[in-house]
Amino acid sequence: MGTLNSARIGVVTFPGTLDDRDAARAIRLAGGEPVALWHADADLRDVEAVVLPGGFSYGDYLRAGAISRFAPAMSSVIDAARGGMPVLGICNGFQVLTEAHLLPGSMIKNDHLHFVCREQTLVVANANTAWTNEFATGQRITIPLKNQDGQYVADEATLDRLEGEGRVAFRYDGWNPNGSRRDIAGITNERGNVVGLMPHPEHAVEPGFGPAGADGPRAGTDGLPFFRSVLASLVGA
Amino acid sequence: MGRVVVEVMPKPEILDPQGKAVVGALPRLGFTQFTGVRQGKRFELEVDGEVTPEILEQARKAAEEVLSNPIIEDIVAVTDASADAGTAPVAQRAGLA
Repeated sequence: MGTLNSARIGVVTFPGTLDDRDAARAIRLAGGEPVALWHADADLRDVEAVVLPGGFSYGDYLRAGAISRFAPAMSSVIDAARGGMPVLGICNGFQVLTEAHLLPGSMIKNDHLHFVCREQTLVVANANTAWTNEFATGQRITIPLKNQDGQYVADEATLDRLEGEGRVAFRYDGWNPNGSRRDIAGITNERGNVVGLMPHPEHAVEPGFGPAGADGPRAGTDGLPFFRSVLASLVGA
Repeated sequence: MGRVVVEVMPKPEILDPQGKAVVGALPRLGFTQFTGVRQGKRFELEVDGEVTPEILEQARKAAEEVLSNPIIEDIVAVTDASADAGTAPVAQRAGLA
């Protein structure tokens, strides 16, 4: 069983992944031990949680995340997630989770067709997941957002079910940057162990290198509680 | 050599941002007749030998499991296009080039 200082958290690198190093650094800054996982290797190396980082795996060919979903590492991640292992998908990682059917819905091109890169404010809509328990429901956080295919879509019945079951984890606040249905920025599975979101918590974990925060420009560290949350949930498990 | 063509389109109820951009650009080039554009995908799957019913069935399975995402896309057609599998580009065969 993990402790705050020893929990091993895997970060999967696919061909075209960009943010694996930042995710590993975020895990370390939160107090965990990052473990590099390779897409072609089904061995999860005894990790207790997994982060699927952002990027453009396989160049977004076919559909964003569609080819990565069939990687050997993903077969293991899918089995582990169904068994309750915490899994966080960030941006391209979120797209991989929807393609793997671990989360419902899908992402299509932003409604305005442009790549968007900005400091995005979100409202935490569910603070009871493995990755959000260090937040309070209704809390506003600011983390970077950068994507081309970020428009979250699902049919009305699925959206109603997500809302009814409290499975919307994050909503865009102020401005919806990509046309996502019902301002959805991130969702969780029923059990609360799998979370996916388009914005990037791993880029807001260290003063001086994040978005604007209460203490000034680049001071924001609103991404850190994501990684502290999973460490707390592992200790409590 | 046999060939199976798989055609995939965004679902009608899903906004197609790319098609929307194209329909916006057409009038600027003088094409004012077209009121809507939807952009889809065409896959050409090649096989050694003939396209048997089993091969077509495998192509349908691949279309469902990999080539399309049923949440946002429909498979419009999975067809044996071996007869068109000559060396000339399609446009040339159709007398357009």
